[in-house]
Amino acid sequence: MAGDGRRGVILAIGSGINVPLTLLIALVKGVLLLVVLLTTAAYLVLAERKVSARIQLRIGPNRVGPGGFLQPAADAVKLIFKEAAAPEGRDRLLFELAPGLAAAMALFAFATIPINQTICINGRGGAGPLSAACPGGLALHWDLAHLNIGLLFILAITSIGVYAIFIGGWASNSKYALLGALRSSAQLISYEMAVSFAVIGPVLLSGSLDLERVVGAQHGLWFVFLQPLAFLLYLTAGLAETNRLPFDLPEAEGELGAGYHTEMAGMRFGMYFVGEYVNMVTVAAIATTLFLGGWMAPLFFLPNWLGPIWFAAKVGLLIFVMLWIRWTYPRLRYDRLMQFGWKVLLPLGLANIVVTAVFVALR
Amino acid sequence: MFRELIGGLRITMQAMLRKPLTIQYPEEQRPVPPRARGRHILHRYDNGLEKCIGCELCSGACPVGCIYVLPAANDPAHPVSPGERFAERYEINLMRCIYCGYCAEACPTEAITLGPRLDLADYKRERLVATKADLLEAWPGFRPPGGAAGGGPR
Repeated sequence: MAGDGRRGVILAIGSGINVPLTLLIALVKGVLLLVVLLTTAAYLVLAERKVSARIQLRIGPNRVGPGGFLQPAADAVKLIFKEAAAPEGRDRLLFELAPGLAAAMALFAFATIPINQTICINGRGGAGPLSAACPGGLALHWDLAHLNIGLLFILAITSIGVYAIFIGGWASNSKYALLGALRSSAQLISYEMAVSFAVIGPVLLSGSLDLERVVGAQHGLWFVFLQPLAFLLYLTAGLAETNRLPFDLPEAEGELGAGYHTEMAGMRFGMYFVGEYVNMVTVAAIATTLFLGGWMAPLFFLPNWLGPIWFAAKVGLLIFVMLWIRWTYPRLRYDRLMQFGWKVLLPLGLANIVVTAVFVALR
Repeated sequence: MFRELIGGLRITMQAMLRKPLTIQYPEEQRPVPPRARGRHILHRYDNGLEKCIGCELCSGACPVGCIYVLPAANDPAHPVSPGERFAERYEINLMRCIYCGYCAEACPTEAITLGPRLDLADYKRERLVATKADLLEAWPGFRPPGGAAGGGPR
């Protein structure tokens, strides 16, 4: 259960060496991940506005900085300095807690996603794309916390994210927020199932919940070619998980005001917003890790040491597809959404698991 | 179902590849149609004399009464207009004007017409009363009577 990093710390305490180094590495990784993810989320908002503008034959934000490049900074300043109006009769503690929880859980989920192959420092033999052991040296994992059940961790954390939405809607003491939160929890719980079923395919094929091993197992052939159905299921359910159109029923601005964050103003709304966009990155990153070969080069003759670049490129592509889908399709009706989740995605996911399991057993 | 979904994505992708239709308004402006009825212009003859003879027919024709003309007799030595009189003051309340163009129809000398200028918003109500200095067509050697040019409604 304990990751290598943690074991490293414990071992190091026992032997009296390397404690500061291990902690320092974890700290640097954490700060770097936080900065990169928050910046990405901020620029995703700009990307979203630009893509939507181009789809609607407009130009999009272009006044703040060259080509609108500084728009995210302007947005942040606006959100921070806005009056944080709050409704009477709210649950004061939960009302403050929920937006932070949304942002924190979204950021937290990224902790176990490896963005590069493990690098072996001072050890005998490289770690390589299969993340082999690194005897005698320091294995530098390119994820914040290297867990051998990383995928399970992500599924658990994204489920806690549902609480952020539900608590936010409940604590607002407003009917629109409550309705949005109700819809949202129902939707997220049903689509959580579809997500779990979709990710079992790659897990069966690679025989591990360790995301590095899942990527390593895709050496030569990405799982998207072996599991096209699971990939589609994951993307669809992922859209629902991130509350994006065509599954943005929780927000449904035409019906519910803004759904669960109707009463959230200023930075409270900002936290939800950050959470939503970081979630997009996370969903795209998980899809990349499980189906698109993670950090591996897209073509065999391209160098594998550019791992983070390939990873970012694949994530970017998936995010673009998500934006593209959002600005193409209308919102599903609520009963159709539930029907689609339970009667289409879930059986398909189950069938996929059965077929994959039989394939793995016979291999 | 999939054919329809893909078809939808194709349409939006085609739109993304097209050039945006946006006109970046303050910097780029759409050409105004030649007969557009924007802010008024008071014209001059080629020799610099004002066409307006202070007859006040525009003021009478105006359905909302936004034109005020104060006529004065021309000094024969230094005439402002070729007629007997000229407009000493000529003011149009642009907040009241409905840009119907009746003043231009009523004018016997074609001194007033509606011009191409349409961006007439301002922060001060006083500046939305266009004076003769604002409306009068410039000509070489033209000096606005009292005050610098360009102080009028923007």
